[in-house]
Amino acid sequence: MLSDKDRIFTNLYGLKDPGIDGARARGDWAGTADLIAKGDDWIVDELKESGLRGRGGAGFPTGLKMSFMPKVSDGRPHYLVVNADEGEPGTCKDREIIRHDPHKLVEGCLLSGVAMRAEAAYIYIRGEFYREAEQLQAAIDEAYAAGLLGENCCGTGYTFDVYVHRGMGAYICGEETALIESLEGKKGQPRLKPPFPANVGVWGCPTTVNNVESIAAVPTILRRGGAWFAGLGRENNTGTKIFSISGHVNHPCNVEEEMGIPLKELIEKHAGGVIGGWDNLLAIIPGGSSVPVLPKDICDTVLMDFDSLKAEKSGLGTAAVIVMDKSTDIVAAIARLASFYQHESCGQCTPCREGTGWMARVMDRMVRGDAEVEEIDSLLDVSTQIEGHTICALGDAAAWPIQGLIRHFRPELEARIATAKQAANTRAA
Amino acid sequence: MSGQTQAQQSEHFEFTAENLQKTKEHIAKYPEGRQASAVMPLLDIAQRQNGGWLPQAGIRCVATMLDMPVIRVLEVASFYTMYNLAPVGEHFVQVCTTTPCWLRGSDDIVSACKNKLGINMGETTQDGKFTIIEVECLGACANAPMMQIGDDYYEDLTADTTTKVLDALQAGDTPTPGPQSGRKKSEPAGGLTSLQETS
Repeated sequence: MLSDKDRIFTNLYGLKDPGIDGARARGDWAGTADLIAKGDDWIVDELKESGLRGRGGAGFPTGLKMSFMPKVSDGRPHYLVVNADEGEPGTCKDREIIRHDPHKLVEGCLLSGVAMRAEAAYIYIRGEFYREAEQLQAAIDEAYAAGLLGENCCGTGYTFDVYVHRGMGAYICGEETALIESLEGKKGQPRLKPPFPANVGVWGCPTTVNNVESIAAVPTILRRGGAWFAGLGRENNTGTKIFSISGHVNHPCNVEEEMGIPLKELIEKHAGGVIGGWDNLLAIIPGGSSVPVLPKDICDTVLMDFDSLKAEKSGLGTAAVIVMDKSTDIVAAIARLASFYQHESCGQCTPCREGTGWMARVMDRMVRGDAEVEEIDSLLDVSTQIEGHTICALGDAAAWPIQGLIRHFRPELEARIATAKQAANTRAA
Repeated sequence: MSGQTQAQQSEHFEFTAENLQKTKEHIAKYPEGRQASAVMPLLDIAQRQNGGWLPQAGIRCVATMLDMPVIRVLEVASFYTMYNLAPVGEHFVQVCTTTPCWLRGSDDIVSACKNKLGINMGETTQDGKFTIIEVECLGACANAPMMQIGDDYYEDLTADTTTKVLDALQAGDTPTPGPQSGRKKSEPAGGLTSLQETS
């Protein structure tokens, strides 16, 4: 088990002062100028060595992503955009960083900004996090007042600004190009790639979009060294991670743990176990609503990291663990997610706009068993026609929960249809 | 929140002096010539000034201020769910019903709201005090079930504590936001399992 000395987010529960004095006491803003002086290449190299993979869901190597920014500016400014549009059902970790450890994020913006030769960071925070946006702005104001941001920040001669931009309620803006569109003052509809944001991002300028947890981990990684972070977890799945544990556990919580911790250990150690005991477990969605559900027998042994979960045809995603015990109507649980994706489809691509609604309607019938057995395969077929056929990954995200349900719980769907048919026949007789 | 009636729309909207200052601060965050980026915060300020809903005149006012075609601003106002294009109650109650909250009993929270206020989801009480709606994931899943009222989150709810929060608002009080269970934030309720060593 991870020891507290290797935890990055030491005020995760907000039990201590989130302000600049408390942050400094926890080691934030210590020797920031020295880290900046080591230069952009050094920062990127340390992050590469750390093995940090993006904490927003896709798991792309953070150092590598930053290295895609142009080495020499062609006159256009560079921007860091922080994705704080946390909205993936099950996920509630970035909120805790923002309201309890905001200085880690603000300092991370500066150091990551230096790494990509950026002049400013825009933190795009979901609109519903109104209080959290206030707390973040307060931390930014403190940093300016202390000379840590702005002109000649930390006395380095570097100029760097950090701004907060509030969203107004659109899950799709968590997709990086939709977020960029939104930041430009438009509807949040994803852009085709290429061009990639590192070449043409916000306002046509080189931009990198990173998740809150990735950026907030940067200062600690740089202070302790990439090798320290790489020494935690497993190869290619290094470091620590905040897990959000929700659903049918005795003590739902957020907790920072080592990557690769067994799922069962994570739940029993930190969340007080499954309600009614481990044997009362039905299934777990291990990485936020977009990743396929896993039945108990896989949950018994699976490790919580990118590669282990991928090998089980699911994913680590945002590491939001949604636990369902045997009292759960698993079809209704997934049907609710289908209606979520229908609600959140931006409407731009036909397969997603039409397909999410179609799947939600069929799923609603599946909950009641009001369907034909053949429709299970139609559902699977339609899901594969959406997956991979849209501009952004929302189509995939809508398809995967349903594919996971059919993969692991087809007998449940069939039994429900059979029961409904029997009831109808009895009524007719 | 569509279906506004013409009667509720006024011809004119103007920012107060204080809000006008705020709009300038937002516009200044973005590079020169990129003032359209401020459309979302400006619409939000307009909505707050107008009692929680965004009138057509507010949309036109923001369009003029940012030198944007009205249709572009209307697109933004109608795309994002937090803009209310029709009046809402003084207390705008949004109950999360997405799967993580549903697993923890959001159906009971919905029922408690309906029973307490005597209206259905999507409706406003006769006295204009409360509007209740169901919303998608609000990102506080380890504190499910939960609801947002105005700018504040009320978490770790039961039917009973939901009713108490609404009671307090009806009485003109401001109930304390956050978990209603005695828990501080999103730490495990059974006692800390990490961060015990650090002081």
